[in-house]
Formats: sequence, C-alpha cells, structure tokens
Amino acid sequence: MSPVFLAQVIDLLSALVLLLGFGLLAQRRIYALLHLFAWQGLFLAANTAIVAYGAGVRHLYFSALMTLAMKVVLIPYILHVLIRRMKIERDVEAMVNVPLTLLIGIALVVLSYNVMSPIQEFSTLMTRSTLAIALATVMLGLLMMITRRHAVAQVIGFLAMENGLFFAATSATYGMPMVVELGVALDILIAALIFGVFFFQIRTTFESLDLSKMARLKEDVGE
Amino acid sequence: MMLAGLLIAPVVTAVPLAFYGHRRFAPAINIAGSAAALLFSVGLAWQVFEQGSVQTEGGSFFVDAFNVFLAVLTAFVSMTTAAFSRPYMAHEFKQGRVGPRRMRLYHAMFQLFIFAMLLALLTNNMGILWIAMELATLATVLLVSLYRTPESVEAAWKYFILCGVGIAQALFGTTLLYFAAERVLGEGGTTLHWTNLNAAASSLEPTILSLAFVFFLVGYGTKVGLAPLHNWLPDAHSEGPTPISAVLSGLLLNVALYAVVRCKILVDGATGTNRAGQLMMALGLLSLVVAAFALFLQRDVKRMFSYSSIEHMGIMAFAFGLGGKLATFAALLHMLVHSLVKSSIFFTVGHASHMHGTQQMDRIQGLIRGNPLVGWGLVVGVMAIAGLPPFGVFVSEFLILTATMREAPFLAPILLLGLAVAFAGLLRKVQPMVFGAPSAHQVPVRAAHVPVLLHLALALVLGLFIPSFLSQWFETAVSMMRW
Repeated sequence: MSPVFLAQVIDLLSALVLLLGFGLLAQRRIYALLHLFAWQGLFLAANTAIVAYGAGVRHLYFSALMTLAMKVVLIPYILHVLIRRMKIERDVEAMVNVPLTLLIGIALVVLSYNVMSPIQEFSTLMTRSTLAIALATVMLGLLMMITRRHAVAQVIGFLAMENGLFFAATSATYGMPMVVELGVALDILIAALIFGVFFFQIRTTFESLDLSKMARLKEDVGE
Repeated sequence: MMLAGLLIAPVVTAVPLAFYGHRRFAPAINIAGSAAALLFSVGLAWQVFEQGSVQTEGGSFFVDAFNVFLAVLTAFVSMTTAAFSRPYMAHEFKQGRVGPRRMRLYHAMFQLFIFAMLLALLTNNMGILWIAMELATLATVLLVSLYRTPESVEAAWKYFILCGVGIAQALFGTTLLYFAAERVLGEGGTTLHWTNLNAAASSLEPTILSLAFVFFLVGYGTKVGLAPLHNWLPDAHSEGPTPISAVLSGLLLNVALYAVVRCKILVDGATGTNRAGQLMMALGLLSLVVAAFALFLQRDVKRMFSYSSIEHMGIMAFAFGLGGKLATFAALLHMLVHSLVKSSIFFTVGHASHMHGTQQMDRIQGLIRGNPLVGWGLVVGVMAIAGLPPFGVFVSEFLILTATMREAPFLAPILLLGLAVAFAGLLRKVQPMVFGAPSAHQVPVRAAHVPVLLHLALALVLGLFIPSFLSQWFETAVSMMRW
C-alpha cells in the first residue's frame, strides 16, 4: 500500500476518533455513552496498528493490541458489569444546553489546531497532521468531565481524555517508551477499578450517581 | 543498595498491613516500616554527601542534592506521622468511625502512598515521574473517603476528577518533551531520563519545550494546589483522616512542586530565558493572595490550614520562578520547614478535634487548659507557620522577600500584603481556640506529643542555623538551576 493511501486512512480514522469525541459530549444515555467510548477505542487501536504498519514500528503493534484489550474489551466490560449491577442502564442525564457545549467543543478544536500548528512544523512523521486532533480529543474529554453531572459520564470523559493522550503519543513520536506506556496503562486500569468502588460509595451516600446532589463542600460565608 | 532498600521498604511493609492492618500490632509495623525507610534514606543521603550525585546502573534512578533532602524529609515525616497515627486511628477505631477492613486499607495505602512519593522523587525517567504522581493520587483517594460521610465521598471524588484532569495535562507535556527529545537523543527508554535531557537541554527545540511547560505547569501545578486550580485541595485535605492530611499537605505538595521545578530546569536550558519562571511567579502570587484572603472565611480548622498550605506553595512557586541564588536557596529551605511545621500543626489539630468531637473552630475552645502540650503545640506551630522569628519559615520568607526587593521590587508589595493578610487571618482564628476556658464538651484524649515536639524543634533549629551539609546540598541544587 502506498504511503499516501496509508496517510489518508490515518487521517480518516483520526477524524472518526474526533467525531466520537463530539458524540460523547452530546450523548445523554449512559449505556449508549459506553458504546461510543468502546468505538472510539476501536478506531484508536486500528489507527495505531496502521501507523505501526506504515512506519514499520514493531512495538506499536503491541500498543495497538493493548489498547484493544483495555479500551475496547476490559474497561468497557468492567463498566458494563457495574452499570448492570447498579441497574442504571436506563439512566438518562438531564443536560443543559447541548448546542452550547458542542460549540465550545468546536472552539476547542480550533484552539488545538492553533496551538499545535507551530509544533507540527518540526515533525517529519506520517502522523504529523493528526497531532492537533489528538490534543482536541484530550480537550473534548476535559470539557466532558467539566460539563457532565453523572458520575459514569465523568469517568467516560476521563477515559476519553486518556484516549487522546495515547493518540498524541502515537502521532507525535510513534508512541512513548515501553516502560512508560505500560506504567500509564497500569495506572489507568487501577483508576478504572477505583472508579468502580466509588460508584458504590456515591450511590450509598447520595442514593444516585447524579452528582448535582454533591454540593456540601462550599465556602460557607456568613449564614 | 540504600536506594533499593528505600524503595522496597514501604512496599514490603504494605503487604502484612493489607492483611493484618486492623490488629493491635499494626501501628507498630507501620512505624517500623517507616523507620526502616528513614534509615535507608539517611544511608542514601550519606552516600550523596560522600560522592555527590548517585545514579543506578542504566540510569533509571538518580539522586542528587536536590532530591536527596526531599527523600529524607519524606521518610522522616512519614515515620512521625505513623507515630501520630497510632493513638489517632486507635481513637477512630474505638469510636467506630472506621471498621477493621478500612483499618487494613488505611495502613496498606499509607505505605503505598509513601512508596509512590519516593518513586516520584528518585526516578530519573520523566515518564515514570508522571506514573508515580498518578499512583500517589490513586493511593490516597480512597483514604480521603475513608469515613464514607457524604462530605468525604464528595471531597474524594472531586480530588480524583480534578487531579485526573490536571495530571492528564502533564502527560501531554511529557509527550511533547519526548517529541522534542527524540529529535536530539533518538528513540528509546533512556531518552526521557532527566540527566540525559538536562545534558542536551540547550539543543532541545525551545518552541516545543515552552508549550510543554505550560502543560507541565497546569498538570503538576494542579497537584501543587496553585490557584486557580486549587479547588480540590481544601476538600481533600480536610475530609480525610488527619494523618493523611498531614502527609498530603506536608509531603505530596512538595513532591508535585519538585516535578514542576525539574521541568523548569529543562525548559530554561532550552529557551535560555526565564519565561517559565514568570509563569510560576504569576501563579504563585495569585495562590498566595487568594489563599490568604480565603483563610478568613473558614470555619473548619483543617480546611483553614489547607488554605495555609496553598498560600505557602504559592510562596515557593513564586520563589522558584523568581530564580537566582538567593530565592532558590530560600525556596528549598521553605519546602523543608513548611513541611515540618505544617504536619506538626495537623497533628495538634487532629488531637484538638478529637477532644471536641468536631473540626468546627467555633466549637473548639480553651485548648491550653485542656491539654497544655496540644494547645501550646498549636500556638507555637501557628507562630512558626505565620513567619514569626526565630523559626525557619521566618528565615526563608525573609530571604524570599529580600530577593524580591532586589530582582522585582514592584512585586514586593503584593508579596507583603499576602503574608500580612495570612498572618492576621491565622492569628485571629487560632486565638479563641487555644486561650480561655475549656468548653464543657471537651474530653481528654491520648495524644502523641513526640512528633509535634520533634518537628517544631527542628523548625526552630533551622531558624537559628543551617547545618553545613544542608547548606552545601542547597548550594549544589541552586547551581543546577539555570536561571
């Protein structure tokens, strides 16, 4: 396959990852959110595998497999089991102003391109055009964590942000050194397990995973 | 050998504690494990003192004048905190606030947390540094929610989410750093080693490194508690058990600041300017002022001292940002004395809140009559943290102020204002708690006095004179800074 064709496939897959980032921002249903996240992981893994093939970097195959195992199978499975066990499959989050959130998301994408364009000049890799998309994916995950009020949605935002970070490492340098990548993956896995513990703690103390009930810790002035 | 022992000791201690952490002998194991770590850290310090910096084979770990005193400090405060936690947690256990399972979690996670901080300090790899910082959050997040009250669960969640957001930015910064370094040092595991990066700093692409520093500062700065990214800190530091508050405020903030400074050294080398330092100065001053005024609004005593931690981290970030020999020296000293004094304050505050069954300041009265050592411990601790002579904080703050007068005189009024407001706020709040007649609901508790006395004595000694080995380390660390 010609490098030009491969580069186009990479661009297409990156665009899909970004699109799913927007999808995550707008999706109200908790269960559908999980599916979107798994799809994002799948496209990310596919993208990594193609970069590995195109650039001939062997260790990226391993990263792609690890992404597939963790982001598409293991973590969605853990979340799936938790959601089923807590009987919140049908949870629909009340969200205010989805259009505004999406507009902010678009602004963040533009900002990411602005920030990254001087950096891209220095890159000679076939993935250089996706560097800005990676930052945009991180930013969209961040936005999701800030705007969402449901604990599961915030966690998926966190994980989507991590997807963006992994994506950034792939597009900037064909992946981080193996030790670092493994360590990060371990941290994310532990984080996912702790999130699971938290879902139960939040449910037992607040009777729902809707975090808008959390408002006890504020600076109490006067009274 | 010493280095391996230092890292292995907390992990080995955590294993039996995970199974027997609720037994009566568990606190003793906890103390013994921390004491072992302290011995190893002193051995390591001796090694560094004799031969200069120490590197392991392959360069994965690296100890120099900058991180060795922080490693000893971490091991020391973790040991005194373990000693304090013995009567404190026994009280919580007796009151039924934590069950046997949570005691096991508490003890095991305490040691893992110490391990994570030591790993962050001693690793040479910027990627591992990130992993260790995240590990430190993960180890403490379940401890913040240990009491399972709505407030503590909320605090822990906020801590987890906000620090997660922050630390992700630092990982992006690390990616950018690797991107810049790969072009100079080539691909591979050793490219992210700080020593290699430092040696090649001048040939790293300045545009990339400047951008990377923004991400580093936002990321690790969130963990330092720099305003405006400090929202999680007062919650997390006040809702968890007090021994955890003491190590979070006294140690983890230092480790996060250490990470920022390591990044700053690299960035300064690449850019040849102090742009990174100016960013740190701005955030530092903002934190100082915001936290100083926030002190007045507090009702919860641990929350108030958490704001005081933000204030002091702001001062340190400002001083490191200002750069120069004097300010950097003062910042290093401030890291040391702040952590000693702040953890001792949390020890006394923990006992005070047990005596009154609450952390609300208006319900804590007459501490000195109730328990003179706890009361006077708090008075002396607050005097020390507010920057009164003859304590170490006074010396470091005075040096920072002098350096500011010389390098950036127009910023000195802001610095002074922040210090004065914080001073007034602390004194106003603490006075009614310690003096006067004890309130009717006050009950005596078994208190651990030795840790408090030890910390305050050390802070006093550091205010009177600085031992030569310490000043030598500080000078060496100062000479590593490029600005």
